[in-house]
Amino acid sequence: MSVIKPLSGAQAVAEAMRQINPDVVVAYPITPQTPVVEYFAQFVANGLVDTETIPVESEHSAMSATVGASAAGARAMCATSSQGLALMWEVVAAVPGLRLPIVMPIVNRALSAPINIHCDHSDTMGATTIGWIQIFSENAQEAYENMFLALRLAEHKDVLIPAMVMQDGFIISHGVENVKILDDDVVKKFVGERNPDRFLLDVKNPYTIGPLALPDYYFEIKRQQEEAMENAKKIYLEVGEDLSKLTGNKYPYFEEYRIEDAAAVIIVLASAAGTAKDAIDEMRVDGKKVGLLKPKLFRPFPYKEIRDAVKNIPVIGVLDRSISFGSYAPLYTEIRNSLFELENKPKLQSYIFGLGGKDIFKNDIKQIFEELLSGKVNPEEQKYIGLRG
Amino acid sequence: MATLQEIVSKQVPLAPGHRMCSGCSIPVIVNTIIAASDKPVIIANATGCLEVASTIYPFTAWKVPWMHLTFENAAAVAAGIETAYKAFKKRGKMKDDVNIIAFGGDGGTYDIGFQALSGALERGHKFLYVVYDNEGYMNTGNQRSGATPFGADTTTVPAGTMSIGKTQWRKNIVEICAAHRIPYAAQATAHNTLDLFNKAKKAFAADGPSFIAALQPCTTNWKYDTALTMAYSKLAVETNFWPLYEVENGKVHINYKPKERKPIEEFLKGQGRFRHLFKPENRHVIEEMQKMIDEEWERLLKLEESQVQI
Repeated sequence: MSVIKPLSGAQAVAEAMRQINPDVVVAYPITPQTPVVEYFAQFVANGLVDTETIPVESEHSAMSATVGASAAGARAMCATSSQGLALMWEVVAAVPGLRLPIVMPIVNRALSAPINIHCDHSDTMGATTIGWIQIFSENAQEAYENMFLALRLAEHKDVLIPAMVMQDGFIISHGVENVKILDDDVVKKFVGERNPDRFLLDVKNPYTIGPLALPDYYFEIKRQQEEAMENAKKIYLEVGEDLSKLTGNKYPYFEEYRIEDAAAVIIVLASAAGTAKDAIDEMRVDGKKVGLLKPKLFRPFPYKEIRDAVKNIPVIGVLDRSISFGSYAPLYTEIRNSLFELENKPKLQSYIFGLGGKDIFKNDIKQIFEELLSGKVNPEEQKYIGLRG
Repeated sequence: MATLQEIVSKQVPLAPGHRMCSGCSIPVIVNTIIAASDKPVIIANATGCLEVASTIYPFTAWKVPWMHLTFENAAAVAAGIETAYKAFKKRGKMKDDVNIIAFGGDGGTYDIGFQALSGALERGHKFLYVVYDNEGYMNTGNQRSGATPFGADTTTVPAGTMSIGKTQWRKNIVEICAAHRIPYAAQATAHNTLDLFNKAKKAFAADGPSFIAALQPCTTNWKYDTALTMAYSKLAVETNFWPLYEVENGKVHINYKPKERKPIEEFLKGQGRFRHLFKPENRHVIEEMQKMIDEEWERLLKLEESQVQI
């Protein structure tokens, strides 16, 4: 029997970690991720898990120790945000090549400078090209469930690449909502045990991990990582179906909200999708045919599936919570790429919003829809929502 | 007490066929330390000579479980392995006892890996950290590190008409590590196998983190004949440039006291990195070096005599 608990997003992820009961959790504080490791530390202190923890001295060591534990054979986790992800970057980038299925919850926060503790996606958008699976969560419920999905996906024998599970800093991590929590036994059965083929603690079968690879092999190893990514895309749906049997929720690549007959659609990640749904419901009452597409799986990116879903939509606005300086915004770039094969492409408009935690309101979304419906869009222009005049 | 013959007749965990330089003393250090373990070992290796020369994919010279991640985090990786080991023991997934060893060069220890090392020592993970100290970034061709001695010529601080080379003395890494209140820290070197072996034994027996700094003469970048590695290792000790000592629970014990310490020139001469010091205008540098070595030795003797805790 599942129960409903009022939890923040950070608590929801910590609750998922409690139920997973990893062998090793490595903790280092960074706002707004801090409550994730604090709640988990409380579980350890009160004997609710028997995980071994390492309270390290930096994020660089956090990821390094997590990798050491994972290579040793453990199910190992750490969590971070923003500057923390930036500091551990070197090691983060090494994990996929080592094929270690580490799951890392990330609470998205703006990158310095200026220093800012609030939400945007500039931290993880910088990590889209290095071989981690990335799953965005709209709310605490999704963040909670995505942890189980990510774990099974990352540890699948045909995948074995690490995964980030994102939620929006403060908006989700510190906002409390009702979260449906599965039974501990149900989760335990779903996540099972990690059973690596080779691991360092298997001392009778010595294993070398992390060797130097020169031009004769490096390329081949990287090509294998890309195959794993391709597999991850397929297996994401399979694991999602299994999880669906427990939660009753669906785990498609993206959520479609009232887009069947839509004249204009917004594509946006994470918590802003919730705001967009409210705006859509109100506009629909007024007879405006508007809808939403919310990508959940960002890496690997479902280009073809998104193309099929939006091919008949007349006009699309893509909202990015980060800038890719000097190029199109990250999500906008992917959507543009998705549409390339279409002869009759939807009209497109790129919007940047919410950097450094600037709120986006229902009325902002409505104005965007009005602009899209007017057809006055320019696919080469980047517009900004809510900037000071 | 093991005999030298017993030590060298143990099967070497680092197999022949690796690509370390002719005359390199790293394999001696590594094999001697691992020979001192009566349990299976697991190794975390920082980026550096040992790593690049022992594991060129698809080959490995390692007959024991071995991991390399990046440059500055061997101590953090070892902490992760040790914690996984504790978790496996607690959860009944593993019966064997193991010793966990981190190997790093001086760049990966004194400099870029210093924070991870300090953190791991402070947290009390049970592992042995070994720095094979060749006094510079020798894997990349002799750049200055925090371990490079005063007066040495490096490519990043070269000797020249306006430069004597490095103008700072090296960090005292053993005392710094001992100051973390770890149970065992020691200074050793490549030529004295029994001393190194016995120190590794004590390190493995310690109830907590342990640290060994092993001087590793580098034929390639100290620039001497490949046959002279052990001779330079010995001269470093006989000149008091590199005293053999240990710090057990904070108390210093000097393992070897030269009957009559040799002048530092004996160690410097024949090494390309110190060649410039023998020019008349640089004579004062050698004098200054001698003074510092003698002062450090006096200080070490006082620490031993007083048994004041570091």
